[in-house]
Amino acid sequence: MKQLISLKVNGTTHEVAVEPYWTLLNVIRDHLGLTGTKRGCDSGDCGACTVIMNGKPVNSCLVLAVDARDRDILTIEGLAQDGKLHPLQEAFIEKGGIQCGYCTPGMIMMAKALLDENPRPTEAQVRQAIAGNLCRCTGYVKIVEAILAASEAMTPAKP
Amino acid sequence: MVRFEYLEPTSLGEAVSLVDRHWGQVRVMAGGTDLLVRLKQRVIRPQYVLNLKRVPGLDGLTYAKGQGLRIGALTTIRTIETSPVVKEHYPVLAEAAGMLGSVQVRNLATVGGNLCNASPSAEMPPGLLAYGAQARIVGPKGERTVPLDQFFLGPGQTCLLQGDLLAEVLVPESAPKTAGVYIKLSPRAAMDCAVVGVAAVVTLEDGKCKDCRIALGAVAPTPLRPRSAEDLLRGKPLDPGLRERAGQAAMEEAKPITDVRGSAEYRKEMVKVLTRRAVQQAFQRAMAS
Ligand SMILES: Cc1cc2nc3c(=O)[nH]c(=O)nc-3n(C[C@H](O)[C@H](O)[C@H](O)COP(=O)(O)OP(=O)(O)OC[C@H]3O[C@@H](n4cnc5c(N)ncnc54)[C@H](O)[C@@H]3O)c2cc1C
Ligand code: FES
Ligand code: FES
Repeated sequence: MKQLISLKVNGTTHEVAVEPYWTLLNVIRDHLGLTGTKRGCDSGDCGACTVIMNGKPVNSCLVLAVDARDRDILTIEGLAQDGKLHPLQEAFIEKGGIQCGYCTPGMIMMAKALLDENPRPTEAQVRQAIAGNLCRCTGYVKIVEAILAASEAMTPAKP
Repeated sequence: MVRFEYLEPTSLGEAVSLVDRHWGQVRVMAGGTDLLVRLKQRVIRPQYVLNLKRVPGLDGLTYAKGQGLRIGALTTIRTIETSPVVKEHYPVLAEAAGMLGSVQVRNLATVGGNLCNASPSAEMPPGLLAYGAQARIVGPKGERTVPLDQFFLGPGQTCLLQGDLLAEVLVPESAPKTAGVYIKLSPRAAMDCAVVGVAAVVTLEDGKCKDCRIALGAVAPTPLRPRSAEDLLRGKPLDPGLRERAGQAAMEEAKPITDVRGSAEYRKEMVKVLTRRAVQQAFQRAMAS
């Protein structure tokens, strides 16, 4: 039986009627039309569906939509402000951290969560943080460079 | 995904009575990282899924000096990994937690789910067994506390009876000069199950092993305490010969299977090597503590 829930995504509250077995990923993509968040494996392995829920990165394919009500959800569409890309998005473009782009939204959401917690991570910390995000194209090197560059741009080293 | 009806109790009592009433047709969901995957694969088809996450009081860590650590069943693996108290007093648990899945999975996955799922290769049981943890279980007939050694009965099988829920994990205070380690062997550095997992916790007194617990993952139908290896170490100072014999004894107790991750022979050999290594590292850390 469908249940009416309110879902707060990128600061906007949506009223949606959801079946209990729908995942947050389904609802974000198929009902709210926010298709930036990708469906890769649908089982927690690839990280393409990563969103930030109450400040924490999670696999949206492993969250029931009913259980995401009353929580604050941030997707890739919520990063740009007033038509201006987020520094992480800029850095991914600048450094060539995007090829096919399928992993990119998940990568960037994971990177954002990392930088929120640890603004100046080491390369090893970046690699550890994105261990749950698979990329079939880039070989990761450019992605790691992009995250480190964004970190530098957002939090310049103290002189 | 299997279609199910959704139950969302808001108290532990309500949760227990719902699980009791629908026993056999209901699955409990904590983080959902095991359960939802199996529902998607249709390997289980329950009529009801009962979400435990809105039950208050099952979440969070508390540590009291002299009494030890209480970990609510809904505490996430990420919370255990990053908790300063856990890092200080029970570092083996923080280490093991940091090796489970990805950050995203760890933010959802709970310690209760890791134990109740009862996978032989699960990350948290070896460390918890090595610290002598107990499970507090709440059910229709009241509550009981069970040593974790008696919690696991087989792959996917625990001692939970009809209507029972795991409420809390209790980890006793460690004696002075106690230290330990968790070693996970897996081909990939992240996002992979253990081929063999070994936890060892030792307490020293006058340079000798006063007490120790060793626990093995992924080498038997349940997480395993190789007691003969523990008995060998107790009361003695560590030397290379003893270390070797402890490894050998642990190997003899292991009953691994052959699967895609490794053959039984390889696993046995690795139990010997990793037990030896874990014991050595635990001694060194205890010496330095
Ligand atoms: C990509 C990925 C990688 C993973 N990697 C690892 C890994 O490296 N190591 C590892 O050990 N695990 C791993 N797992 C498995 C899983 O994440 C863990 O076992 C996790 O701790 C399960 O917790 P949960 O809260 O998500 O459990 P759930 O899926 O909610 O529940 C698991 C089982 O326990 C039961 N249950 C849960 N809580 C209770 C309770 N309080 N009382 C009674 N029954 C209960 C449920 O009914 C269910 O049968 C991985 C999973 C994924 C998706
Ligand atoms: S789609 Fe969620 S982790 Fe792959
Ligand atoms: S850019 Fe194609 S998967 Fe990462």
